Amino acid sequence: MANTQAFCTQAKADLMNGLHAFGTSVIRAATTKDAYKAALYLTTATRGAGDTVYSVTGEVSGTNYTAGGVAVTTATGPSTSGTTAFFTPSASIVYTNVTLATAFDAVLIYNDTSASKLALSVHTFGAQTITAGTLTLTMPTNDATNGLIRIA
Amino acid sequence: MITTTHGEMDEALLEKREGKVDNENEHTTWVEYWLDGELIHRSAHITLKKPVCAFGEAAKLGE
Repeated sequence: MANTQAFCTQAKADLMNGLHAFGTSVIRAATTKDAYKAALYLTTATRGAGDTVYSVTGEVSGTNYTAGGVAVTTATGPSTSGTTAFFTPSASIVYTNVTLATAFDAVLIYNDTSASKLALSVHTFGAQTITAGTLTLTMPTNDATNGLIRIA
Repeated sequence: MITTTHGEMDEALLEKREGKVDNENEHTTWVEYWLDGELIHRSAHITLKKPVCAFGEAAKLGE
């Protein structure tokens, strides 16, 4: 059996779990998972791959919306299938009874446990407004093809 | 009863409008309730389809 060059699949999941540190890392206070939040951004904002931390710039505002957004449910940790590691929040992200009158089209998921609120990912969708209503962001299927966050 | 900008209102008194969009990035539905030409409720349900993906690769040495 020949050797095979590879980025080890488990290492991809381990990266998601913070078990590798090629650069200066942080002293973690506990072995528990981090808490994540989801903040909404106006269509005029410029969220994207260049984001490093959560920012209030361009964030939506309105009735019953608290700056910083809402908690993301992460009951299920990263998994692997084939050579892909993947992670998907385990419940929909819901903003209940809000009024967001100015159009928004993006959500930033960020690490609320980290001191600087490290950015994780930005997801875009068609522009929306909400009037005395509920915005529900339902997650894709948590698998190697569709999982919200993947390292392939 | 529907939550509106005027408080809880009987759905039967309101004009209901619905819409959806389905593309490679999202499946979205929304519902609006109007009263005398005024939008008094709008909710949206977005299902995200497109994951964000990082590609990990181990370099071959000596090439």
